Amino acid sequence: MSVIIAPVAWVVRLVWQTVFLALGQVWANKVRAVLTALGIIIGVASVIAVISFLDAGRKWILSELDSAVGSRTMWVWGQVPDSQEGVMNWSDVRVTTHEAVLLLEKAPSIESLTPLCQRGWQVGYGRETVRGASVWGVWPSWHEVESRQVTLGRPLTDIDNAERRPVCLINEQAITELKLDIDPVGDYLVLNGRRFLIVGVLETKSGGGIFGGSQPRTELYIPFNTHKMMDPYSGTWFQANMINANAADDAKAEVRFILRKNRGLSGDDEDTFGMDVIQNAIQMFNNFAFVVMVGAGVVVGISLFVGGIGIMNIMLVSVSERTREIGLRKSLGAQPPVVLLQFLVEAVVLCLVGGLIGLGVGFALTRVVMLMQDFPIKDVPVPGYAILIGLGFSASVGIVFGILPAIKAAMLNPIDALRHE
Amino acid sequence: MSRASADPTQATIKIRGLKKIFRVGDERVHALAGVDLDIYPNEFVAIMGASGSGKSTLMNILGCLDQPTRGEYVLNGHPTHRMGMGRLARVRNREIGFIFQSFELLSRSSALKNVMLPMLYSRDHIFHARKRAKEALMRVGLGERMSHRPNQLSGGQRQRVAVARALVNEPSILLADEPTGNLDSKTTVEIIELFKELHRAGQTIVVVTHEEDVAGQAERIVRLRDGRIISDHPTSEDPIHQGWVRRMSEGQAAIFAEEAGSEADPASKDLVAERGAQG
Repeated sequence: MSVIIAPVAWVVRLVWQTVFLALGQVWANKVRAVLTALGIIIGVASVIAVISFLDAGRKWILSELDSAVGSRTMWVWGQVPDSQEGVMNWSDVRVTTHEAVLLLEKAPSIESLTPLCQRGWQVGYGRETVRGASVWGVWPSWHEVESRQVTLGRPLTDIDNAERRPVCLINEQAITELKLDIDPVGDYLVLNGRRFLIVGVLETKSGGGIFGGSQPRTELYIPFNTHKMMDPYSGTWFQANMINANAADDAKAEVRFILRKNRGLSGDDEDTFGMDVIQNAIQMFNNFAFVVMVGAGVVVGISLFVGGIGIMNIMLVSVSERTREIGLRKSLGAQPPVVLLQFLVEAVVLCLVGGLIGLGVGFALTRVVMLMQDFPIKDVPVPGYAILIGLGFSASVGIVFGILPAIKAAMLNPIDALRHE
Repeated sequence: MSRASADPTQATIKIRGLKKIFRVGDERVHALAGVDLDIYPNEFVAIMGASGSGKSTLMNILGCLDQPTRGEYVLNGHPTHRMGMGRLARVRNREIGFIFQSFELLSRSSALKNVMLPMLYSRDHIFHARKRAKEALMRVGLGERMSHRPNQLSGGQRQRVAVARALVNEPSILLADEPTGNLDSKTTVEIIELFKELHRAGQTIVVVTHEEDVAGQAERIVRLRDGRIISDHPTSEDPIHQGWVRRMSEGQAAIFAEEAGSEADPASKDLVAERGAQG
């Protein structure tokens, strides 16, 4: 038993004692240690801060997109391929409600979907009119797709759509612009010469946040079929929600397969439709984050390198300061690898102490920035992997730059070392 | 002496034809020019010589800190002249207890930690290191000062810690290099007494010194000059030492007689007699 345990216990004890010895050295030379580890501190602090901010930034942009359009959003529209220009008409390729039903039924990655069409019409109430108000034709599932519920009245229903009822939802901006009653449900608007019953009110939503808030406008939402009845020629597209944000590739493949099959496209035929997912915007942020990461990586690399040189310098000083001690240890039977290990552990401990301070500084940095006014991100957590990376880097710097002084110590001749003044 | 001498396990130290040659520029300096020496278990040997006599070189080789250019050195059955630095380190750890002139204690560590140091480099006493270190400190009479740091101890106490550290791995020889060089005469006596006590308990001790009074406490004196052994006698038969003892006692007697003559105080006479007896 002890044959196996003893060597292991020996190494463990050696490292353990060396760590304590190294901590003692750091404590005895506090100022020197901190100055030496400055490069490491800055390097690790930058790693922590950059990773935390990019991480928080990504989460923030995702949530902003989610509240603006939803990170699960997908769009599908008819599109004449370049090679078919002049051969096909846009009306030949436009998406139909039949296809909308097909996608909903057949594409497992699509959770909900609504066809959309939109145009500007004149809207009037009493003496007030708004020209070019945005009027959308939607299915009732639009409420789900856009996550917008009525604040007053009722949502649109399948019957509204099937019966092509002249009913509409308005946003709160419309109440202001048309000087409607605070509770306008039950009132009638005149939309393109027709009387429409207001059945519900929606919150005004402008493309805020990262899209740079546009002016709020009067918007009306009417059943899709009603819209098509009034204007059969307006452009149509689908807006869908995928089951989750990661299903983008699946969803695209399913939609392509179903639409190509439905349109009888085979082999080399180009798609007669287009699609996009909000994921592309996230991809853009990831590209940006990558650039920032590379830039920060250069800064971190330089500071860690400079820090490493500092560590090497101080370890060389330490080796010559403690030459007699090394001589003594060798005369007591410390073999060269043991002396090497001792100084290597010391360098690593020094770097890890710097790394821990850097961790604190980086953490403080995120808190300080969070407290700044106008900073949009409310919470910047320090992710666990950033801590691992930071400490991992500092330990590696200790090993890489500590090896030379450690070799020097290990190679010392015990006689000369003991005689050293 | 013949190379094929007695049973090698008999002598703790067996040295045959030991040579050490240093190159200083183009010149070859024979620091040791053929040394033969046997030291048997439980001997107390003093090695003496002026500076440049090869004393330090012999000391380094005896301590396995250096390797001979030619010749053999068998320590407790280990043919050290055939070993590399790694194995020599192990021999140092197990077979040799070093005592230095300037103690060489780690200033930031307690006495106990200092004594535990040799066991840090050995796989033998991992689970009993603390206990053994305490026992060694008890043996040198420092049981009460285990947690003191070197700077809280007197010179004699520091050297006692060093002795405890040298003893802790139960070495086959205790190798002391000018162990009293940094001590006043009172603590010198203390440390020498400690050595004699250890010797009585069976420890083999080799002391390198240039002080005749320290050497006089050993039972055998080996003298070096120009890299060779010029005399090797039991202390009682060593002509140089006995001559020194005579000179010292005559000189002291003369001094005390003079002092006694000038001062007719009986109390001081008693003191003189006492001091003369000590000398």
